[in-house]
Amino acid sequence: MRPFIYLRAKSPADAAALAAQVNGSRFIAGGTNLLDLMKLEIETPTHLIDVNGAGLDRIEATADGGLRIGALVRNTDLAADPRVRKDYGVLARALLAGASGQLRNMATTAGNLLQRTRCPYFYDPNQACNKRQPGSGCSAIDGVSRQLGIIGVSSACIATHPSDMTVAMRLLDAQVETVKPDGSTRVIPIADLHRLPGTTPNIETSLMANELITAVTLPAPLGGMHIYQKVRDRASYAFALVSVAAVIQQDGSGRVALGGVAPKPWRVESAESQMHNGAKALSEQLLAGATPTHENAFKLTLVERTLASVMAQARDHT
Amino acid sequence: MTITRRTFLIVGAVTAASVALPPFICAQASAANAARPIKAKVTMQVNGEQRALDLDTRTTLLDALRENLQLTGTKKGCDHGQCGACTVIADGRRINACLTLAVMHEGATIITIEGLGTPQNLHPMQAAFIKHDGYQCGYCTPGQICSAVAVLGEIRDGIPSHASPSLTEPPQLIASEIQERMSGNICRCGAYSNIIEAISEVAEASA
Repeated sequence: MRPFIYLRAKSPADAAALAAQVNGSRFIAGGTNLLDLMKLEIETPTHLIDVNGAGLDRIEATADGGLRIGALVRNTDLAADPRVRKDYGVLARALLAGASGQLRNMATTAGNLLQRTRCPYFYDPNQACNKRQPGSGCSAIDGVSRQLGIIGVSSACIATHPSDMTVAMRLLDAQVETVKPDGSTRVIPIADLHRLPGTTPNIETSLMANELITAVTLPAPLGGMHIYQKVRDRASYAFALVSVAAVIQQDGSGRVALGGVAPKPWRVESAESQMHNGAKALSEQLLAGATPTHENAFKLTLVERTLASVMAQARDHT
Repeated sequence: MTITRRTFLIVGAVTAASVALPPFICAQASAANAARPIKAKVTMQVNGEQRALDLDTRTTLLDALRENLQLTGTKKGCDHGQCGACTVIADGRRINACLTLAVMHEGATIITIEGLGTPQNLHPMQAAFIKHDGYQCGYCTPGQICSAVAVLGEIRDGIPSHASPSLTEPPQLIASEIQERMSGNICRCGAYSNIIEAISEVAEASA
């Protein structure tokens, strides 16, 4: 790990302003992903700005009947919140399907959104990786790609976004609140937070330099049946091969988002009208234009079958 | 001019942007450019004792416990948050001590395996692991026990898990819940079934 100066921020604006005063700073909250990457010298910040004292650890009701989740709310606390369990079950389920109890106790809401891919070539400095070292190439495309992306990927990068929580946030149309170093704030729809790789997979989000996420807001509850189904190699503590987040209403309409298949949570609103036509039709529209590798083409079938399973659960329940 | 290894590596770093050098050269160049360690002070309560430390900011909580405080009960397994051997209880919550910096725990209360019980006065979970033979080599055991103690607290506090059939009903003290909640603690000897028996016995005794 490279040496760094450690600083504590007392407020969000303080953190963003502090970050802008030095080159090469990073915010740290849970640290579960950043510190791991620092040990491997994939992340090499000169300054770490600890935001744990910035007072962003509350979950509050919003005026329009939704919830505002502070950026520092731990994954455990978010999944255990009675309002989340009652009205946003898909979010609680997604959180509980991710990581381990120890990690969920540390990991934060904003950190979960911003976690980096677990592509093995990103983690191995001896391999070419356009995300870690722009222009070096992508070892994953012709490499071990079973876990990697099938849609939204590019010839420069096929990494997936590893989060479960973010898939549920995308399904729920969450909004991301931020503060910039000049103290101004803005709101980013979650659909616009993560970028597709294109030719610049090293640029992963629409956040500006030193912009700090302060909260994530959820709109008023959708009702319906909430399901998060995650398919993985182990029954617990493993990243998704494929996951499906769904809210399905009594009449069979609803919305779905996919995890484990793309560089961001994969939701295609225009495909959701296909929910009445079965999993195959829905899957075909969701994954139109997919470019799997020979190792991960099985995910096309796995998505369809996981969707079928989720839709059957909803049918059986009504 | 003599081209030393250091000169080569630094030059490598400068030219990396325009010439596609093998990535490993750039990684070494980064290491060669590394600045000197930076220190910071931190005070925390560890197993009931107030401890003041002056540490390299890079020191993880795990290394501070083991190397600076000589509390070597907490083990370093993978050092990447994957095995759970480093599990300690910080401010009442189990965490991976390898994935957190010691300086981030100013004023915190830390409990390690040494703080749960002593050989003369074992914690019930320690006694149950011995009774049920919940280990073979023992390397993962301190993490397993710290995790297990916290797991029973989490179930008692009503925190749901992936194995909970209902999100709105309180979770139950049953084997499937314990198994799921203990999945962050890996045992390469495979003592899992005895570990579950040990935890279940303590759960029943405290229920």
